[in-house]
Amino acid sequence: MPLITANNLVRYYGDHRAVDDISFTLKTGDILGFLGPNGAGKSTTMKMLSGNLAPNEGEININGFDLLDDPKRAKALIGYLPEQPPLYKEMTVDEYLAYCAKLHRIDKNRIIEALELAKTRCGLEESGDRLIGNLSKGYQQRVGIAQAIIHSPEIIILDEPTVGLDPNQIREIRELIIELGKHHGIILCTHILPEVEAVCNRVQIINKGKLVYEADMDDLLDKHSNGFYEITLLRPPSINQLYEIADINNVESINDNTFLVHTSNVNAENIANAAVTNNWGLVKLIPHEHTLEQIFIDLTLGDDKNKEAKS
Amino acid sequence: MILNIALRELRGMFLSPLAWTVLAVSQLILCWIFFAQIDVFFSVQKELTTMPNAPGVSDLITAPVLEIASVMLLMISPLLTMRLISEERRNGTLTLLLSSPISISEIVLGKFFGIVFFYLILIGMISLMPLSLMMGTDLDLGKLAAGLLGLLLLLCAFAAAGLFLSSLTANPVVAAISTFGLLLMLWMIERSGNGADSIFNYASLTSHVTPFLRGMLNSVDLIYFALFIITFLLLTIRHMDAERLQG
Repeated sequence: MPLITANNLVRYYGDHRAVDDISFTLKTGDILGFLGPNGAGKSTTMKMLSGNLAPNEGEININGFDLLDDPKRAKALIGYLPEQPPLYKEMTVDEYLAYCAKLHRIDKNRIIEALELAKTRCGLEESGDRLIGNLSKGYQQRVGIAQAIIHSPEIIILDEPTVGLDPNQIREIRELIIELGKHHGIILCTHILPEVEAVCNRVQIINKGKLVYEADMDDLLDKHSNGFYEITLLRPPSINQLYEIADINNVESINDNTFLVHTSNVNAENIANAAVTNNWGLVKLIPHEHTLEQIFIDLTLGDDKNKEAKS
Repeated sequence: MILNIALRELRGMFLSPLAWTVLAVSQLILCWIFFAQIDVFFSVQKELTTMPNAPGVSDLITAPVLEIASVMLLMISPLLTMRLISEERRNGTLTLLLSSPISISEIVLGKFFGIVFFYLILIGMISLMPLSLMMGTDLDLGKLAAGLLGLLLLLCAFAAAGLFLSSLTANPVVAAISTFGLLLMLWMIERSGNGADSIFNYASLTSHVTPFLRGMLNSVDLIYFALFIITFLLLTIRHMDAERLQG
């Protein structure tokens, strides 16, 4: 049975249909990247999944428990880090995490154990006695994650967990997410594409409240990594000559010396050979791998462009 | 679970200077009143000895002190209750409670009892003043108990109303001002009534708390406070539930 089954979720804010008929599932071992531009309905969906907001239509099933009919049991299975970490700044890390553990009804004699484990996992061993308000943003974010995993939930929902962190912290948090993903189902909500590429094994893109794309990360890489190369030549020929290379489908000129070439020859041997034979002075041959970015831009900007063209 | 939330609330208050300030200021003012009343008592003591059924220490010292305390707390209580839910909403910590496996009733009752625990401490400290009179004279403990109970019920009513208004907004100051307005309105409403039977008199907080403070325990007044508190707690729960649905 999937950990989360969401069926036809709809959520209005006034007349605005912020989430429009979204359905998906989450299984154990999944790290699901939930992508979308700002205001697409990501956070609203996360709020519904965590039980903070009730959907206007549709249902959410958490590991067999309906989130609306049996909220206590369903919520016990979820750890949620909202966009703004829910921290009491006047408490110390230990006090705060112990309180969270109590809220999740962890046994009294198991609280210390759970607290130590969560702190170790999030790299907070040294910070137990410190006031949360005095911690840096990165450490506050870690406390937020610790709060979400303290009761070892089956499902962890992280809403933009790396916003405002420095590059080292971002790497640590990503490693932590991958580590957690081995034993839990994780939903990672973000608009940082490299993060999804680095961490997730499934990806969904939401735009204007609708789910517009869904794929396994492996499929996505297989399907789209073939064929786009950026080449830079010292003595470039005309574009027509480039078209004459075998297996070339498309050539786009980026500047005088640089071209974006699409070829059906996966290894780009044809391009390298042609460049050498014709003495074009090959300087760079870079496979273009920003495929997720390309998909994201196509799906989320496509609408606007069409509209502009029409008007 | 209610207890956990209540205790965190209480600790939160004592971690900031707020609780200490309230305790210190109320203690200072009431001490002043207390000594002033003792002075009054001494100045009229001679005449009292000649009067039949003369009012005692309890009537001349305890009751006025408690009455002043109730007025003072009318002003202080909104400042204590304003942050109960609105601040959690503003800081985003309400999410923690809402995504934990606890019901909204538990959250609301936890918040309510958190503030009630604080009021118990406050009343405990206030009661020390009249109790100190026992060193020199006999005190009518029944009257004192009725007075303290009245004060506690009044404060619970303040807390319930404040909690509700705090749940309506994300801005603590708005919560404080509206709570103060509501309480003051209910406090003074009896003045517009004509006679003891008017509806304003029934609705007024003053007309229900004064008998307690003077040492009288009426079931009508008890029921009034019970209804007042339950109504506002239910309104709070209803509102928070509706908010989850309508956002």
